[in-house]
Amino acid sequence: MTETTAPSRPAPRAKRSGRLARRYAAERRFRAYGIAAIALSITFLLLLFGSILNQAWSALQQTRIGLDIHFDAALLDPDGTRDPAILAKADYGALVKKAWRERFPEVRKRRDKRALRRLLSVGAPYELAAMASADPGLIGTTQRVWLTASDDVDMWLKGKLAEGGGKRAKIGAKALGWLTMLRDEGRLERQFNSAFFTAGDSREPELAGVWGAVAGSFFTLVVCLGLAFPFGVMTAVYLQEFAPRNRWTDLIEVNTNNLAAVPSIVFGLLGLAVLLNFAGLPRSAPLVGGIVLALMTLPTIIIAGRAALQAVPPSIREAALGVGASEMQVVLHHVLPLAMPGILTGTILGAARALGETAPLLMIGMVAFIVDIPADFTDPATALPVQIYLWADAPERAFAERTAAAILVLLGFLVCMNLAAVMLRRAFEQRW
Amino acid sequence: MSAFVVTAVILGLAALGYHLGRGRARGLVSNGSGTARLHSLPGYHGGYVALWCALPAFGLLALWLALEPAALRYQTLSTLGDQVDGLAPERVELLYNDIRNLAAGTATSRAPDAGLKAAADSHARLEALLPWALLVVASLLAVAGLLYGRRRLTPAFRARNAVERSLRWILIASSTIAVLTTIGIVLSLLFEALRFFDKVPLAEFLFGLEWSPQTALRADQVGSSGSFGAVPIFAGTALISLIAMLVAVPVGLFSAIYLAEYAKRRVRDVVKPVLEILAGIPTVVYGFFAALTVAPQVRGFGEAVGLDVSSESALVAGVVMGIMIIPFVSSLSDDVITAVPRSLREGSYGLGATQSETIRQVVLPAALPGIVGSILLAVSRAIGETMIVVMAAGLAANLTANPFQAVTTVTVQIVTLLIGDQEFDSPKTLAAFALGLVLFAITLVLNIVALVIVRKYREEYD
Repeated sequence: MTETTAPSRPAPRAKRSGRLARRYAAERRFRAYGIAAIALSITFLLLLFGSILNQAWSALQQTRIGLDIHFDAALLDPDGTRDPAILAKADYGALVKKAWRERFPEVRKRRDKRALRRLLSVGAPYELAAMASADPGLIGTTQRVWLTASDDVDMWLKGKLAEGGGKRAKIGAKALGWLTMLRDEGRLERQFNSAFFTAGDSREPELAGVWGAVAGSFFTLVVCLGLAFPFGVMTAVYLQEFAPRNRWTDLIEVNTNNLAAVPSIVFGLLGLAVLLNFAGLPRSAPLVGGIVLALMTLPTIIIAGRAALQAVPPSIREAALGVGASEMQVVLHHVLPLAMPGILTGTILGAARALGETAPLLMIGMVAFIVDIPADFTDPATALPVQIYLWADAPERAFAERTAAAILVLLGFLVCMNLAAVMLRRAFEQRW
Repeated sequence: MSAFVVTAVILGLAALGYHLGRGRARGLVSNGSGTARLHSLPGYHGGYVALWCALPAFGLLALWLALEPAALRYQTLSTLGDQVDGLAPERVELLYNDIRNLAAGTATSRAPDAGLKAAADSHARLEALLPWALLVVASLLAVAGLLYGRRRLTPAFRARNAVERSLRWILIASSTIAVLTTIGIVLSLLFEALRFFDKVPLAEFLFGLEWSPQTALRADQVGSSGSFGAVPIFAGTALISLIAMLVAVPVGLFSAIYLAEYAKRRVRDVVKPVLEILAGIPTVVYGFFAALTVAPQVRGFGEAVGLDVSSESALVAGVVMGIMIIPFVSSLSDDVITAVPRSLREGSYGLGATQSETIRQVVLPAALPGIVGSILLAVSRAIGETMIVVMAAGLAANLTANPFQAVTTVTVQIVTLLIGDQEFDSPKTLAAFALGLVLFAITLVLNIVALVIVRKYREEYD
């Protein structure tokens, strides 16, 4: 009798269930990893949005200081002509100085006076000028006028300025005293920051706005779509409907797919070398930015267009051919209209990507500091994402919240475009 | 601006041509027999006339815009006579710039003499005259084309065939644009890079260990020798991409596995688009997030535990880039995992494997080529990504593997070398194109390999 230790003999029951338990535990762990990965991604997303929202909301308000301004007729318009040219040239800074003198008569030293004036933005006299030009009836009267405060005051009131003493403090001890007095009198208020939505860029955070960048982005996007959409659709139609299968069309197809994955900055280099240095087009112009972005968006539109054309069933083509339409008529009258919603969806998504693109625009000089709002395709301009990049680099604390707010504006546009694409798809989706 | 006006005028004339051609076609058969006697519908006759009207005029417009600057320059310089002869090219360039500035009424680099003023005057006259000349010539050509096209219309004329033939040629022409773009990229990068390698040897660029592109303005300046050894840049790019992949691959892959294998349909329908939002956020937003939110936190944390963390550390840039890349890994992997045939899974279940064992030992090996392809695409995305590293990574080219130190990348260097006004033939500027060429070549190879792998894999199960 020999003991047979058969390797195939089943393990004792207790041992077996232990192994099974381990296997089930491994199963649960594996599943948990998956859930953790997804949770992590969503946490990242929420953190990203949360931190931006948290920084952005305060940019919607801007601190203003209420001063009793006497629109002195003798100073503004000595001849009483109310001529706009004279009104525009008058010294409004003097009005502000006088108002400060009346409010704080005890401030005598020149340094202190200067510190007092620095509580207001350098743009304050221009605000007065705009008011006087808009309503000459103000001249000769005394009004409580709300003038934009400087960015340091703004940050102080929003609690974002560390109230440290010492020489490096942004706001000195005396100025703090004045500000506290003004606040207690109700002359320090946070009001809606309309300048942010209507002004161009500025070196002063309190005067800077996104409108110039939005206009620049708009012109760039118009050029981009105006070029990329027709050429993209034509290419897709040719490749999908007419092109013979040969090496040349294979090359175009491989090339299109690769072009879609080329880093965007390389398109910027192309624009710099060919459009600016070779063709001599103007720097910083939305025209050039639009062409570069169009080249970048073209592959997206071609790929989306081909997919949409392919989804149109052959029966449509055959029916049209059967009643005597020419090949071109089949495509233009039947296939293309049916594929258009899909093409448009792809185009909108491509445009959304182009709108958020920064790197190629840096290469062609759309990073310049531009105050004026572009009115034309060849005016120097920046675009919204470039503006975000510029502000994120600025040292002033007040630009951080404006950067975040500009990001919200950009994301707002992107959300609208994506929603439009989704709705388009929903509305025209066809199952054949 | 004049190009826009001329385009509008040509388009207007073409619309008129369409109308006239259509009317003429109807008029040809006005004696009561209806349009049945026409070979083509009246609209095609209109289209034929419109094409004759627009195409030659647009061709002229393109030719004019291409030649105008050179012609203007030639004409202006020839008014100066022998003053230009024997000058070095950059001298001539300066002179011409002065003339243009003088004509535009802005500052010039020299006191204008009489000859220069005369040249500037003639330049200004020509510049004012040329748009009008263009408008007149283009309109005349458009009208001539219109009349010619209209004269050719007869009832038997095969207008539809002619129009369709031209349309097809227009389609073919537009399909070459994508190829031309690639050729343009390759040529412009190659051309400028070759000029760079004239000044800096290729071996130094590829294997040199020191990168300090500040070239000396004066000969006696210290510390600005201008060395162009790109190894630290490549190493920095590799380090940041590696960190990004360490974040993106596990998170993306596990998300893809969970969504493809475990998640209920409703969960999947919600989670998948949410993950894809991460890919749709502009990269400048990630850059802001990395530089102003994450970097100070990481730095503070490093100080708390006694680590020396640079405020532009590779870690922050890499991790934030990894977050951005998650959806690239997850959605492509998701597709390939879903494409693994059901029979493989069921075979595995039949042998008693649990779901996770099936995934690890059957599904993933089967999907591996596709997953590798998606990871390669993500790597190419990471290498080419610009804004995150421009805003969150450093400028100094340190050769280090320490993720807490600042490193720089290829894209950061391209941006810093090219932002602002520079002379275009200094090695500093040209270096950017050499780096761009390297970037383009690497991403191209990665993309092609990835696409080939993915395509091969797809064929296996189709």
